[in-house]
Amino acid sequence: MGLKLKQSYRHSVTVRVNEQMGTKRGYTFIQANRAWLPKFLLLWVMVMAFLSAWIYKNMDDDNKVRRKEVLSSMCDQRARMLQDQFGVSVNHVHALAILVSTFHYYKDPSAIDQETFAEYTARTAFERPLLSGVAYAERVRLSEREKFERQHGWTIKTMKREPSPIRDEYAPVIFSQETVSYIESLDMMSGEEDRENILRARATGKAVLTSPFRLLGSHHLGVVLTFPVYKSKLPPKPTMEERIEATAGFLGGAFDVESLVENLLGQLAGNQAILVNVYDITNSSDHLIMYGHQNQDGDLALFHESKLDFGDPFRKHQMICRYHQEAPTSWTALTTAFLFFVICLLVGYILYGAAIHIVKVEDDFHEMQELMVRAEAADVAKSQFLATVSHEIRTPMNGILGMLALLLDTDLSSTQRDYAQTAQVCGKALITLINEVLDRAKIEAGKLELETVPFNLRSILDDVLSLFSEKSRNKGLELAVFVSDKVPEMVMGDPGRFRQIITNLVGNSVKFTERGHIFVKVHVAENPKPIDDAKAETCLNGGSDEGALISGGRQFNTLSGYEAADEQNSWDSFQHLFNAEALQNDASGKMTVADEASQSVTLMVSVEDTGIGIPLIAQERVFTPFMQADSSTSRNYGGTGIGLSITKCLVELMGGHISFISRPQVGSTFLFITTFGRCKKASLSDTKKSNAEDLPSSFRGLKAIVVDGKPVRAVVTRYHLKRLGMLVEVANNVKIAASACGKNSSSCGSKIQPDIVLVEKDSWLSGEDDSSSLQRLDWKQNGHMFKLPKMILLATNITNAELEKAKAAGFADTTIMKPLRASMIAACLQQVLGTGKKRQLGKGMLNGSSVLGSLLCGKKILVVDDNIVNRRVAAGALKKFGAAVECAESGKAALKLLRLPHSFDACFMDIQMPEMDGFEATRRIRMMESQTNEQMNGGTDKGSGRKDEWHLPILAMTADVIHATSDECLKCGMDGYVSKPFEEENLYQAVAKFFETKPISDS
Amino acid sequence: MMGLVADRLRADANRLLAFLFNQGILDEQFLQLQQLRDESSPNFVSEVVNIHFHESEKLLRNLRSLLMDREFSGYNKMGIHLNQFMGSSSSIGAKRIRNACFAFRAASEQNSRAGCLRALELLEHDYCFLKNKLHELFQIQQQRVLAAGARYPMQN
Repeated sequence: MGLKLKQSYRHSVTVRVNEQMGTKRGYTFIQANRAWLPKFLLLWVMVMAFLSAWIYKNMDDDNKVRRKEVLSSMCDQRARMLQDQFGVSVNHVHALAILVSTFHYYKDPSAIDQETFAEYTARTAFERPLLSGVAYAERVRLSEREKFERQHGWTIKTMKREPSPIRDEYAPVIFSQETVSYIESLDMMSGEEDRENILRARATGKAVLTSPFRLLGSHHLGVVLTFPVYKSKLPPKPTMEERIEATAGFLGGAFDVESLVENLLGQLAGNQAILVNVYDITNSSDHLIMYGHQNQDGDLALFHESKLDFGDPFRKHQMICRYHQEAPTSWTALTTAFLFFVICLLVGYILYGAAIHIVKVEDDFHEMQELMVRAEAADVAKSQFLATVSHEIRTPMNGILGMLALLLDTDLSSTQRDYAQTAQVCGKALITLINEVLDRAKIEAGKLELETVPFNLRSILDDVLSLFSEKSRNKGLELAVFVSDKVPEMVMGDPGRFRQIITNLVGNSVKFTERGHIFVKVHVAENPKPIDDAKAETCLNGGSDEGALISGGRQFNTLSGYEAADEQNSWDSFQHLFNAEALQNDASGKMTVADEASQSVTLMVSVEDTGIGIPLIAQERVFTPFMQADSSTSRNYGGTGIGLSITKCLVELMGGHISFISRPQVGSTFLFITTFGRCKKASLSDTKKSNAEDLPSSFRGLKAIVVDGKPVRAVVTRYHLKRLGMLVEVANNVKIAASACGKNSSSCGSKIQPDIVLVEKDSWLSGEDDSSSLQRLDWKQNGHMFKLPKMILLATNITNAELEKAKAAGFADTTIMKPLRASMIAACLQQVLGTGKKRQLGKGMLNGSSVLGSLLCGKKILVVDDNIVNRRVAAGALKKFGAAVECAESGKAALKLLRLPHSFDACFMDIQMPEMDGFEATRRIRMMESQTNEQMNGGTDKGSGRKDEWHLPILAMTADVIHATSDECLKCGMDGYVSKPFEEENLYQAVAKFFETKPISDS
Repeated sequence: MMGLVADRLRADANRLLAFLFNQGILDEQFLQLQQLRDESSPNFVSEVVNIHFHESEKLLRNLRSLLMDREFSGYNKMGIHLNQFMGSSSSIGAKRIRNACFAFRAASEQNSRAGCLRALELLEHDYCFLKNKLHELFQIQQQRVLAAGARYPMQN
């Protein structure tokens, strides 16, 4: 059954882990597209490359357009200039033509001869910079040839300088500029171009140009400009025939185009950058070059054409310009594009890197998360394992212990018995250790839950003290507890865990202390100021007060006189605190009212010992599990070192903290501060009643004198007596006590008349010489016929001889062995004073099973279990403790039996039952109860004997201890659970919880 | 003479118990059960154990018939029986039987019929073994009581 639960639990753990993983795997966008990241990068790079190429192209095109514009503007400029210059020259030639016609033909005789012409043209040559020279050829008809030749004295020659053959007309040069004087007498009509020119010129009457050809003189390319010269004035609109008829001669000039253009371009800026070609494109299929080379280099891709108009409508010219060099690669564009690309590339890469990084970080994060979940699971599993294993070890250990107990029952030789007892002791130690491990595992697994129930702190401390009284007495240690009056009687908290803490600390102290004392103190830590004050005071007058030399040894004002580690807890501060508290208590109830108003009380608990102390090196790892001061410690003193770590865990679980002060060879003081809830007043008074039952009230008002030389010890004694309601006086020694008594009795007689005198053994021994005074004490009282005060000796340990002596000295009544406990003192006093004959008090000292018996005796209990064997066993176990048991075999049967009103005091309910399980049955029972309660409250409330409502304590029986589904039990209305099969202590704990705290009124 | 017999019987009983503990057949719960015996019910242990045997036999029969069923599907029912079995055997401290039940239940949770059959055989074997041993023990105890009863008047 247990295993199944565990398995299902483990299963649920894994499921939860998976769920966690599932929910936490929320992928981001980047994570989801991680496979696409390189492709994204590639795409980005490609897009950017394309974009930068586009930018480059754009910029380059821009450049080209600008280049073209520059070229065209330059080309147009050149063409215009050429054309202008040309025009100017043509005009001059025209002027010359008019000059010749005016002065050669209209004047008779002619005013021009060769000489004049040459002179004139030479002097006006600057006006015609483009013309290498001008000449005038006269029109000579064949009929006039002879006359002409005669007149000039030379024959007409052809261009090849041969006598001219016979033609219709001739045009021999008669005047020429000196630069071209070599053409004089040459017949212009004999050259092909010239002839054509001449014919065209006289027909149009305008300047005409030849196609370019190599000039005679210079072999430069050139054209010849020809103007007709007319004999007579022409009519306003002459026909072609009239022009031909009127033609007298021709004025021609040779344009040396090549040098001309050369000069012209030389004057312009940017000449080197461009190549200029000038063409004659009259014949559109065959362009004749006038300037420049036919097949030149240069940028063939880019050219600009400009039209040239040289004034001859027949001929067409054009200028073509190119750049000398190919367009230079545009570095700006290239750089810009490249930089753009690089930047984009980098940006892309950065983004890619970031994305990769994000992916990586997220991966790591997921991995870490997974690891964390696994680690947590492992931790839980570890704790579970520990808990389970501890539990599993406990089972066979119980077997071993049981068998050992059986073995010890048999007849054994003393050696065998010794061995068996040793084995049993070891086994018990192992069980204790396992329980501790289990506790730790529970704490770590977060399974340990603290109770909040009202409990009496003082009685718990007394219980712990009684646990260790045997040991401390054997060692001769003083063991004492003191609880400040301000600490409320009942506090809310977890008594079991508080007891565990105190037991651990005191147990440790007892283990490590060989002499001196162990002192447990509880104060309210609400206002730490008095302590500080006290501390300051201690510092101020520490020197004078601290050590009083008594009989050889330095004595400290501690419980036993040995030095304690924590000076703060020395007598001075203790007294201060004590006085302050007394003052506050006496002064007014205001303080306590204010205190009670607050919900919680913070307690400071210190456990002081005068043991071997903790070595300085080991001090920092005292609270680490399984760490002891050193390995020799465990050899000498035993133990595992887990106790303190559990203590620390528990204190922290209770919302407090623990610290310690330790001086090697002097002692240690463990100090922890924790907070408890205050009890509500109503419940306080309620529980007070029950609490008062453990301490008999019969001593209320009795007067006692405590004789003790050590103030701390005296205060402790006084504390215990005060708890019994006695009035206590402290006397330093016997003499003072005696005199006090005497004075009182003599003066007023009724002020303080001690009923009891408690004398500390040390004080008695030191004041032994004064036994007479003791006698006097007796005598005085005898004399006054008062009731004899009871003399009681307080001792930690006492030898028989001393006991005899004490008896002789007058302590006939009794000796109280320390450690003091209120209940024990009460018992002794009862014995001495003979008040309570009935030994009711002994109840608390009985062992567990009989306590359980007393708890369960006479109770009617219902056991619900489907399994008959379980039923029988549970019934048997409960019957053993005196309970009346009834059984039900199913939840339904139980419901039937529990129909209200019923007389059951408690119900033990199995959880796993067929048909109706324990939870369901409990839920129904609770429903039934609440219905009835409502009816009761709704109806008349009068006279019903039962004031409290129906609430049957229901305890779950479960086979599963560690994760005992206790939450679920409580949730469905159960009051607790016991493990199955029954274990006595377990049963006791569960039962005691509600039979004690909820006393049933009718039993 | 009688005292010797009684001693022998006690030694026998202890030996047998020790054996059962050593073999892991019983656990400390059995001791607790023995402690529950008192004057009012001197035969408490044997009574409870006999009830257990009675129940167990019924359960074993049921389990076998369930397993032998041709179209076998009663794993749930088997789980309930096994829980019962486990509960009662842990109550009397029959540890080995409880463990056998664990194994059986594990097999039934895996719906493995062969495993179930094996586990059932083991369980039956353990059960018979325990039954024999406990009968032996009770017999010894019975004799002890008889011996003690015989001795009692002798002391007077």
